[in-house]
Amino acid sequence: MTPARIVAGAVLTLMVAAPFLPLGVSREYTIHVLVQIFIWSFIGGAWSLMGRFGLTSLGHGAFLGIGAYTTTLLWNFFGLTPWLGAVVAMLVTAVFAVVVAYPCSRFQVVGHYFGLVTLAVGEVIRLLIVAERDWTGGSLGVTVRPAGHDSVLAMQFADKRVFYYAAFVLWLAGLLIWWRLDRSMARSAMEAIGEDETAAASVGIRVSRFKIGITVLSAVLTAVGGIAYAQYISYVNPDTLAGIGVSLRIVFAVVLGGMYSLLGPTVGTALTIALAEYLRILFGLKFIGMAETIYGFLLIVFIIFLPAGIYGSIRDLLRRRPAALAAPAGTTA
Amino acid sequence: MIDPLFLTEAAINGLLLGGVLALLALGLNLIFGVIDIVWIAYVDLVMICMYAVYFLVQVYGYPMWLGGIASVALGALLGVAVHVLIISPILSSAPVNQLLATGGLLFFLQSFATFLWTTDHRSVRLTLPRLEILDMPISVARLIAFALAVLAMLGLYLFLTRTYVGTAIRAVSQDREAMSLMGANPQRVYVVTSAVGGAMAGLAGALLIIQYAVHPFFGAAFGPITFMICVLGGLGNMVGAFVASFVMSEVIAISGVIWSTEMGYVIAFVVFIVMIFVRPGGILARRS
Amino acid sequence: MLELRAVTAGYGAFTALWDVTLQVRAGEAVAVVGPNGAGKTTLMRVISGLIAPRSGQLTFEGASIGGTPAYDIVGHGIAHVPEGRRIFPGLTVAENLKMGAFLPRARRRFAESLARVYALFPVLAESHKQRAGSLSGGEQQMLAVGRALMSEPKLILLDEPSMGLAPVMVLRLFDLIRRVREEGYTILVVEQNVRQVLKLVDRAYLLEVGRIRTEGRAAELAEQDFVRKAYVGL
Repeated sequence: MTPARIVAGAVLTLMVAAPFLPLGVSREYTIHVLVQIFIWSFIGGAWSLMGRFGLTSLGHGAFLGIGAYTTTLLWNFFGLTPWLGAVVAMLVTAVFAVVVAYPCSRFQVVGHYFGLVTLAVGEVIRLLIVAERDWTGGSLGVTVRPAGHDSVLAMQFADKRVFYYAAFVLWLAGLLIWWRLDRSMARSAMEAIGEDETAAASVGIRVSRFKIGITVLSAVLTAVGGIAYAQYISYVNPDTLAGIGVSLRIVFAVVLGGMYSLLGPTVGTALTIALAEYLRILFGLKFIGMAETIYGFLLIVFIIFLPAGIYGSIRDLLRRRPAALAAPAGTTA
Repeated sequence: MIDPLFLTEAAINGLLLGGVLALLALGLNLIFGVIDIVWIAYVDLVMICMYAVYFLVQVYGYPMWLGGIASVALGALLGVAVHVLIISPILSSAPVNQLLATGGLLFFLQSFATFLWTTDHRSVRLTLPRLEILDMPISVARLIAFALAVLAMLGLYLFLTRTYVGTAIRAVSQDREAMSLMGANPQRVYVVTSAVGGAMAGLAGALLIIQYAVHPFFGAAFGPITFMICVLGGLGNMVGAFVASFVMSEVIAISGVIWSTEMGYVIAFVVFIVMIFVRPGGILARRS
Repeated sequence: MLELRAVTAGYGAFTALWDVTLQVRAGEAVAVVGPNGAGKTTLMRVISGLIAPRSGQLTFEGASIGGTPAYDIVGHGIAHVPEGRRIFPGLTVAENLKMGAFLPRARRRFAESLARVYALFPVLAESHKQRAGSLSGGEQQMLAVGRALMSEPKLILLDEPSMGLAPVMVLRLFDLIRRVREEGYTILVVEQNVRQVLKLVDRAYLLEVGRIRTEGRAAELAEQDFVRKAYVGL
C-alpha cells in the first residue's frame, strides 16, 4: 500500500460517505456543490479528450445544449423517458459533431481557427434555442416537467443524495473512459499528434478519422453531462447550457487543472466552482457583477502565470526534484 | 408576396449594417493576421468604447464628433493595453491558453461593466434630419455610420499599401521571422497593429452607439456574428472578411423581413455552417 | 570580422551545434559545407540572432553579438538570406526591397542601394511591380539576395542559395554571388552543393553532426576524397 493509494482510498471513502456525514445545516448545500463538481468534472474530462490533441473547442456549450434540450423537450412534450431521450440526444449530438469535425479535420483547421469556428457554432445553438422560443422557452428556459414522485424512469428524485451517488458514478465512469482511452490510444495518438509532415497519405487518413472520432466521443459525453445537469437542476436555460460563457468556463477549468492528466479536469473544476461559490457568497447581492469581475480577472492571471495548470505545475515541480538528485556524468556526444 | 419596397429597404439596411460589421471583422482579422491571436473579447472592447461615447455625449453633453475622436483614441489605447498586459506574456503559450486569456478578458469586461453601469440599456439620442428616398425611410444615423466606416476602411487600405509601416505590417503577417531579419522588432509591429485594431474597434463603437443601445452584454449579441464573418471570409483574409460582412448582413436583413429578426440570425448561422462544410477556408479560399 | 568560439546551440532539448569555432575575415568568401542535418542552418540562425547560443562567444567586428536578437544584429551589419529564400510572397518585388531597407540608416541611402541592386539584378528592375510570390525560384533567390543588400550589410549570410534551383540557374546564381563579392561584401555561405561552392569561395569548413571536422583553403579541400566521393551531385 503506497501512500498515494492510501490517500486515494481515504478520499474515495470520504466521497462515498459524504451525504451521510453530520454536516448539519450546510449538508444540503455541500452535496449540491459536490454534485455540480462531479458533473462538470465529467464534462471537463470529455472536453479534455479533444483539447489534448490541439482541438481547442470553445463551443462545447452546443453539445450541452443539444443534449439537455433534446431530452427535456422529448419528456415535456411526448413523455419520452429521459433514458431513451438520452439515446436520441446522443445520436443528434454525434451527427452534429461529425458535421463540424469533418471539414475541420480535412482542411486541418486547428488552434485559433478551430476555436473560432467552434465558438461560432456554440453560439448558433444558443441563438437557435432562443429563436425557437415557442417550444424552447427562449432565453427564459424551460423547466423539466415534474413527474410528481420519485421515478427512475423520469430520472427525478426528491432526495438530493440519489443524484449525489448518480453523479459520483458518472464521474468515475468518465475517469475510466479517459484512462482506457489514454492507454489504448497511446500509440496512434502519438502519431496523430506528431508532425503532419510524416507520411501524410496513410497516417493522414488515420489522423482525420481519429480527430473526427475523438470529437464525436467528446461531444456525446458532453451531451450526457448536459442531460445529467438538466435532470438534476430540473431546468434548462440557453445561457447556462449553451453559448460562450459556459463553453469558456469548461475550458478554463480543464486548463487550470491540467489538460493532460486524468485528475486535472477534476481539480480544475473543483477549484473554479469553489472559487465561484466563494465569491458569490462573499458579495451576495451587493455589488452585482463584482464576483464575476474578480473571477474573470483571476482567470486571466492564472492563465498567464500558470500555463501548465495547477495540477500540471505541481507535477512538474515534483518531477524535477528527483531528476536533480540523479547526477548526470558530463555531456554525451 | 413581400412588398418589394420592404425588401429593398431591408437590403439597404443590410448594406448599411454590413459596413460597420466589416469594420469589426477587419480589425479582428488584422490582429490575427499579424499576431496570430484571436481577440475573443474584441467586441467587448467596442462595448467599452460605446459606453465612453455615451457618457461623453449623452451625459456630459460634448459634441458627437468629439465623442467619436475620443472613442477612436480610447480604442487604440485599449488595444495597446490588451497587447502589452495580456497578449505579450503569452505569445509563446499554447493556443488554448491564448484563447482563454482573451476569453477571461471577455468575462472581466462584461462583469465589470455590469458592476459599474448595471444592465440598463443606454443610447445616444442624436437629432438628425429625416430622410426618405423613394418612399423608404432611411436612418440618417445608419447612413453616416456606413459612410464613415467605408472611409475608415479606405484609410486602412491606403495605410497598409502606401505607407512604410503599413507595408511592414503586411510583411510581418506573411513572414514574421523574415521581417525580423530586416531589422524590425516584432514586438513594436505588434503594438502598432494592436493600436490600429483597437482604433477600429473604437470607431465601430462610436458608429454603433448612434444606432443601437449599449449594455454590458452587447458583445454577446454582436460578437458571434463578427466571428462568423471572420470564419466565413477566411480567418486572416481581409478581402474575404469584407465580402463576408455584406453577405452576412444581407442574409440577416432580408431573412429578417421575410420571417423574423431571430430567424434572420438563425438562417445566417445555418448559411455559416453550410459554408464551413463546403469551404472551411473561407468564401474566397482557393481549393487546395 | 566575424568570429565564433566554442559555440554550442540547439532547439529545446536537442543540441545541433557543438563547440563550433570559425572565423570570417573582412573581404573573404567562406563556405560551410556538410551533409543534410549537419547543423548548417542552425549555424546561420545563431549568427543572425534567430537563435541564442547556449555557450561560447560570437563577435562581429569586436562587438559581442551572442544572444543579441535578430532585429538588432542587422544593425551591426549582418544580413541573413534565409534557407528557402523567405521573400514576402504577397508584396511586390519593389516592396520586398523596401522592407530590406527597414533600418533607418538603410532608409536614408535607399535610392542608392536600390540602384545598385537593380544594376546587379536587372531582372528585378523589370519585374519590380510583380507579386514576389509569382516569381520563379531563381528570381526569388535574386530578390532575397537583393533584399539583404538593401540593409547596407558588411557580411552577408547565404543559407543554401542553390536549393531547389535548376543546374543552369545554380551556375547563374553563383556567378551573381561572385559579382556581389566583388562589390566588396564579405560572404559566408552554407551549401550542400560542395563542388560549385568551393569554386566560389576562398576557404571552407566542413560541418558534420554539429561539429567542425575540417577547414582549409577551398582549392585544397576540393582535392580531398570526401568531397569527390560523399557529396557528389545534388
